[in-house]
Amino acid sequence: MPTTIIATPDARPLDERVAHVVAVAARYAGEVDAAARFPAEAVDAMRSTGLLGASLPVALGGEGLTLVQLGSIASRLGGACSSTGMVFAMHHSQVLSLSRHLGGSASLAILAGRIASEQLLIASATTELGIGGDVRSSSCFVDLEGDKVRLIKNAPVISYGSEADLVLVTARRNADSAPSDQVLVVCDSANLRLEATGGWDTLGLRGTASMGYRLNALVPADRVIPEPYDAISSETMLPVCHVLWASVWLGMARTVADTSRHYVRSAARRSIGSVPPGATRLVDLIAELERFESLVDGMARRTDELSENRAALGGVGFAVSINNLKVTASELVAQIAMAALSITGISGYRNDGQYSVARIFRDAQGAALMVHNDRIIANTARLILVQKG
Amino acid sequence: MSATDTVRRVLDTHAKLKSPADTLAVDADLYAAGMTSHASVNVMLAVEDAFDIEFPDELLTKTTFCSIGSISSAVEGLLEAAA
Repeated sequence: MPTTIIATPDARPLDERVAHVVAVAARYAGEVDAAARFPAEAVDAMRSTGLLGASLPVALGGEGLTLVQLGSIASRLGGACSSTGMVFAMHHSQVLSLSRHLGGSASLAILAGRIASEQLLIASATTELGIGGDVRSSSCFVDLEGDKVRLIKNAPVISYGSEADLVLVTARRNADSAPSDQVLVVCDSANLRLEATGGWDTLGLRGTASMGYRLNALVPADRVIPEPYDAISSETMLPVCHVLWASVWLGMARTVADTSRHYVRSAARRSIGSVPPGATRLVDLIAELERFESLVDGMARRTDELSENRAALGGVGFAVSINNLKVTASELVAQIAMAALSITGISGYRNDGQYSVARIFRDAQGAALMVHNDRIIANTARLILVQKG
Repeated sequence: MSATDTVRRVLDTHAKLKSPADTLAVDADLYAAGMTSHASVNVMLAVEDAFDIEFPDELLTKTTFCSIGSISSAVEGLLEAAA
């Protein structure tokens, strides 16, 4: 008889559970970065506090958190450990991509429920070698083998793929489908072979373990989400990803802003009566941070308000805004990290000490590159051509 | 030296009071005694330096710095929290 692991419910209020995970993430952030390893302790803490299922609707065993709430958690985690924040953000964008597009499938609904009851971690395999980096086209395809489907994909990046319990994989609907006729397939790690093709030794975000893999899956045919990936991507995956990534980056920006504030105050204590030079730069930094906060908050609210309005979510106007959010937020986090480095000087440049901003500075450089801003801007430019008003 | 004594020394140096801090009661209004809001920033920084503490945002209010007693009790609260 198969054993089902039921996570013991953590009865503490959400805020306390999040505070616990944030404390664990902060404790291991330096070690995760230095060793370029997965933040296992923080993700275990998410599991034991039930956070991995929190975005699922209550009917599926989750907590039905809004994007505003998820964004606030992502910010707090990202402020403690950027990689932990990104894992949280990527995981929940996958959870919602499944749970909002069940299309009446009972077996997919049961699977989604397991995310909460068993606290499953979900990764995504959307990029593929040989397609020029465009996640909206696939070369691999779903191959029917009896009542199962076979899927073979050469993925240059699957973030935390080896750690995940489920991987959501894009592929062409069948061998004859056009590259853009994609579906999303939910693969259980038990039905999945991942052969690593590359490591993850990077400038920043070193804990996301975004290794390359040759993926070979044989899963029941009902694990193919019936709805086209096109709709899942524009209505859920992109909006949720961009809002939650931007939230993580906002958290990182808040942390270096705090470090800068402490640094300037300590300089002021040494020269009482005169305003230290860093204070003027700090004014600019805080102004940028406030702009960042209202941008992220506004887009999270707008996405929540549209959550039942599929036509609007799939519309051109919203797509333009959600793309711009990613580009602008990634630029803001890099600018704020740079400003923090200028303010804290050599103390910030150091990898150790209370005024170090080095780790977040490095992590912040990844924001513009993970799905390159140039590619997003090129897509947005195409959308602008057809946008009305 | 008690926290209150140290606070009085800081006030003498930075608060620009019209009379020495020793002549003021612990609950005397420092703003009425001549401390400007600009001087209160210097008092805040000097108190942080003297006790090796940092006031959190919620204590950075006019009431925290309005008397020798209010500053001293804020300091003692932070020192206890750190202990």
